[in-house]
Amino acid sequence: MNVEAIVMFLIFVATTLVITRWAASRVRTASDFYAAGGGITGFQNGLAIAGDYMSAASFLGISGLVFASGFDGLIYSVGWLVGWPIVLFLIAEPLRNLGRYTFADVAAFRLQATPIRTLSAVGTLAVVAFYLIAQMVGAGKLIELLFGLPYFYAEIIVGVLMVTYVATGGMVATTWVQIIKACLLLGGATFMALAVLVYFSFSPDAMFEAATDAHPDGLSILGPGKLVNDPISAVSLGLALMFGTAGLPHILMRFFTVRDAKAARKSVLYATGFIGYFYILTFIIGFGAITLLMGDPSYFTAGDGGVHDRINGLIGGTNMAAVHLSKAVGGSLFLGFISAVAFATILAVVAGLTLAGASAVSHDLYANVFARGRTSETTEVRISKISAVVIGVVAIVLGYVFEKQNVAFMVGLAFAVAASCNFPVLLMSILWRGTTTRGAVAGGFAGLVSAVGMVLLSPAVWVKTFGFETAIFPYDSPALFSMTIAFLGIWLVSKLDRSAAADAERAAYEAQAVRSETGIGVGSAAAH
Amino acid sequence: MAADTAALIERIRRDPEFIALGRRRSRLAWSLSAAMAAIYFGFILLVAFAPGWLATPVGDGATTIGIPLGIGVILSAFVLTGLYVRRANRDFDPAIQRIIERLT
Repeated sequence: MNVEAIVMFLIFVATTLVITRWAASRVRTASDFYAAGGGITGFQNGLAIAGDYMSAASFLGISGLVFASGFDGLIYSVGWLVGWPIVLFLIAEPLRNLGRYTFADVAAFRLQATPIRTLSAVGTLAVVAFYLIAQMVGAGKLIELLFGLPYFYAEIIVGVLMVTYVATGGMVATTWVQIIKACLLLGGATFMALAVLVYFSFSPDAMFEAATDAHPDGLSILGPGKLVNDPISAVSLGLALMFGTAGLPHILMRFFTVRDAKAARKSVLYATGFIGYFYILTFIIGFGAITLLMGDPSYFTAGDGGVHDRINGLIGGTNMAAVHLSKAVGGSLFLGFISAVAFATILAVVAGLTLAGASAVSHDLYANVFARGRTSETTEVRISKISAVVIGVVAIVLGYVFEKQNVAFMVGLAFAVAASCNFPVLLMSILWRGTTTRGAVAGGFAGLVSAVGMVLLSPAVWVKTFGFETAIFPYDSPALFSMTIAFLGIWLVSKLDRSAAADAERAAYEAQAVRSETGIGVGSAAAH
Repeated sequence: MAADTAALIERIRRDPEFIALGRRRSRLAWSLSAAMAAIYFGFILLVAFAPGWLATPVGDGATTIGIPLGIGVILSAFVLTGLYVRRANRDFDPAIQRIIERLT
């Protein structure tokens, strides 16, 4: 039992529950619930976006990857970051100016609500489900390891807390949980990276030198290694990371919490700064872990003849590199802090995902497809809260079912679906006059199905998870192919669409573009 | 009110200054997107085709060329977003404000 960690985690939970109670008293309308009433500032939203994006997987996973293979970790972190400028240049402002609560508001602005919202909700729920399974399984294992709690209890704690935040405090509570977590994570990571740099008298070169001495792979950790084998895999993975970011529903939703396009812009600038800074920290932390941990047998399980495996022998696996490093640089108190931060990080991310999933069910499927607008705000919000509870129960069950499965591919799958379904539909509806409902639906579904299909048939799933001999689809990341299918599908089917509805949709483009660029008549979440 | 808005949108849509602004804005957005993609995929292709060069030390230290280059890609993402935000705040926002005031 890690007493410091448990105490600090309890303080975090108590604080967030007080905030949730305060938030619940402020959430009166649908706009408050989905979009925090549009009252979040650009700076706050930048922090919250960073909080949503810096998952435990990226904190522990990337520092663990740097620990195991050095430079390769940097290739990943670069990929996770470069989607942000694209979000800003192409979709952030139109999103704010055309939408209210979900990205489907934007895609359905001039296209037919029923098919487009159904597609967007399916895309959203697929991304949320894959991402949530990865997070829940990771959370259970991490909490088991850090706090000594049984796996199933960990699942229940995470599930109950995330549902409490979302169902009682809506976007207001979710946003503040993200902001607090982002500050804690950035603060903790900064302290760790500084401690490592102080150890090397602020000479990165001395740090790299020491790392090559400590690491079994020696000099090769300072150059590209085994992560990228061939250019097609590299580009395909790159596309998924870059454009997947621009299709993650819980991230897109954050743009509705600010007042106007100017604040939306500002939030991406801050978010890019915080996330980029964070990735530079994880790189230093990974190298710090190589130099400070690898020579110390107490962090490893003993191997044959007392010699430990300097990479895979790390207690808890390579993903625990940052956690062990926190003990090495700050003792058990700081270890407790970082463990609590890792737990808080998971909670904040799953809360954001749950809210995005619940909004897709209540705002897109229920209010606009099922009830066709004939419902009240109160009913819609109630449906959203019920959906959050259902998503929480499903997440706990799936987390339990997938406990023994290898779920590493699930995050990749979430990004592939986001890049191949949500992003193309959103981008084409905003930027291309010719997009029609039929085109968007055909291309979006083709992208979704091909992304999921190719991942299932890929080496990572077909061979490593299902245990077949050879993979049917040769690449782990499908984005290069599935994104092409989605964009070509949207273009081709729209071009061939000769219906009267299609003509009306094309004709409605200019008025949409005026609203998208000027913000006139913006369905402002603040206007209530 | 709704009819007023529709009429205003119609006037803006046909306004030459608005059309020119739309072109400026989309030229900037696409050039910056292309720049980001070129920087990133340039880096990825170097990883795929020239891993040896990336692993060459800078000077006589241990640090290799790939490390500052990778950090450089991260910084470039921030710089490009900064460029866009500055241009949008200084040029696009005031221009849109002027157009709306003139046509209202």
